[in-house]
Amino acid sequence: MKVQDHASAAAAFIADEPRTDWHDETLWWVRQKRDKAAHGLPEWEQLRSWASQIKDHTLSHLDHYLEEFEKNALANGVQVHWAEDGAAHNRIIHNIIRNHSIQRIVKSKSMLTEECHFNEYIREQGVEVVDTDLGERIVQFRNEPPSHIVLPAIHLKKQDVSETFHEHLQTEKGNNDPQYLTAAARVHLRDKFVHSELAITGVNFAVAETGAVVVCTNEGNADMGTHSARVHIACMGFEKIIPKAEHLSVFLRLLARSATGQPITTYSSIFRKPRPGQEMHIVIVDNGRSRQLGRPDFRNSLKCIRCAACFNTCPVYRRSGGHSYHTAVAGPIGSILNPNLDMKANADLPFASTLCGSCSNVCPVKIDIHEQLWKWRQVLVKEGYVAPAKKLGLQGMAWLLAHPAVYRLAGKTGRWVMRRMPFLVNNRLNPWYKQREMPTPPAQSFRDWYLKNRKS
Amino acid sequence: MSARHHIIKAVADNKPAFVPLPDINLDQVTGYDDLAAQFATVVQSIGGQVVPVPGWEALKPLPQAERAAGKWVVNAVPELGATDQEVSSMDAVQLAGVDMAFVPGTLGVAENGAVWLYESQMINRLLPFICQQLVLVLERKALVATMHQALLQVDTAREGYGVFIAGPSKTADIEQSLVIGAHGPVGLTVYLIG
Ligand code: SF4
Repeated sequence: MKVQDHASAAAAFIADEPRTDWHDETLWWVRQKRDKAAHGLPEWEQLRSWASQIKDHTLSHLDHYLEEFEKNALANGVQVHWAEDGAAHNRIIHNIIRNHSIQRIVKSKSMLTEECHFNEYIREQGVEVVDTDLGERIVQFRNEPPSHIVLPAIHLKKQDVSETFHEHLQTEKGNNDPQYLTAAARVHLRDKFVHSELAITGVNFAVAETGAVVVCTNEGNADMGTHSARVHIACMGFEKIIPKAEHLSVFLRLLARSATGQPITTYSSIFRKPRPGQEMHIVIVDNGRSRQLGRPDFRNSLKCIRCAACFNTCPVYRRSGGHSYHTAVAGPIGSILNPNLDMKANADLPFASTLCGSCSNVCPVKIDIHEQLWKWRQVLVKEGYVAPAKKLGLQGMAWLLAHPAVYRLAGKTGRWVMRRMPFLVNNRLNPWYKQREMPTPPAQSFRDWYLKNRKS
Repeated sequence: MSARHHIIKAVADNKPAFVPLPDINLDQVTGYDDLAAQFATVVQSIGGQVVPVPGWEALKPLPQAERAAGKWVVNAVPELGATDQEVSSMDAVQLAGVDMAFVPGTLGVAENGAVWLYESQMINRLLPFICQQLVLVLERKALVATMHQALLQVDTAREGYGVFIAGPSKTADIEQSLVIGAHGPVGLTVYLIG
């Protein structure tokens, strides 16, 4: 299947205007809940600074912490595996499944397994893995990827879920009540949990000092799975490391507040040792992370704790939907992480942003997201991964910005044209006009206004 | 060379110059005049309830009363009478029928309504998750203001597993409508003693 670039996929998404508006408003509502939670803590900015500094420190000492983490995990009786890329990650898990001849497998939310395309891989091996996060189960039934890292089914309406459940869980046709649909999923998934033999989980934080992994959920699905199964496999990108257990306080205070506005997720589970008779594995994955660590302009992206606040606030994400990013991690942070994984395939993503900076303002670990997007654009143009039309526009823009006198003239001309002949700008040939009304341009530029008023 | 060696070497080669850890000064962190009131307000806002009780005596008849009503009640709180140690060896299929579990908490966090449980307090790791109704029992003096104090007091390396539980299980994955009772308990009560 040919992957559509962000602009064409977004065009398809916004064709359904009421749904686009609903998507936009729902995510904005989540963003407002985040604001309320953040404003409720006077020390919010202090917490962000601490989180950012702890992550900066960890990245600067990461080889040491990885070794410390491994040593402690081994001492806890956990088996540690290392995977250089997604394929190795998938093979390691498949081997564990094969060695135990296990059939019944449940998985709680892990964006890493999405990044590694684990579900497709394991299906091809003839193994069924049941996603147990409700949103992930919904999209799994529909053969779709999640469209959001925290709210996987946010692109769907309750009618869609109702139809999907009617087909797969035999719920009443046309019953769209979320309470009813959730209850049906509860019955279905509790049956999967109690019979599961192997549980795969993601990792929110991995504590070097204790060798423990921390998993946060609201539904309780990670715990239901791991405590039922005789094998637990936790998968983590190596940037999940934090130095000490006490640092968890900073991150657990920030994570759920940033994500959904909750003061903390319902469950914050700390797994250190397998229970008696159980086997526990941790798979530590690189998959391009060490390369990103070596890019001074982009290494900050490895501080991300996957709260999705930058998604919910992003005007482009809210109105284009997660699937238009054609990658496991969508949104502003995905647009920084994905070009590192594949520059050619993901060259469109850093352009899917207005560079308004709202993402950087809400990020709990203070990643300079919009600046990195801007830097990626320059790298991608230089490396020749940008389509000629866009490149021409950007080069023109760069040249214009570098020549202030011409810029002023161009601005004057532009304002004149927009006021007198708006149809020249508001037409289909100008991609910026799509789904936007161009504002009435001011008669004066800010600079003209400033020069005139400064004198008086 | 092994994958482990490659990865650690690549990290060592590519990491930035050393940056020190910040000093985390708890003077800059929120406090609450009334920890119990704050805790109760938050637990309620996340779908649970807090019931203050003067002492252990008032709680003792509870498990028995629930059993008399025909429920399968598991007691893991020694102060409430004999604990049901037999559930330690039960598997998920067996435990799926538990209606109510009484479990002691180590400490409660006023800012977010979370209660810390050590593995040893649960008898079986599954118990607090698989029961339909979870009842946590906590002493009022075991409340702290924020997660900072909580993680200084709790020793997460003492046992194999532990968890902060804040409210009953929930989901909003269908059109962002909040539904209480996703996979775990559909209800959570915290008895606050003293
Ligand atoms: S980049 Fe920041 S805001 Fe975005 S998901 Fe990561 S931590 Fe959250």
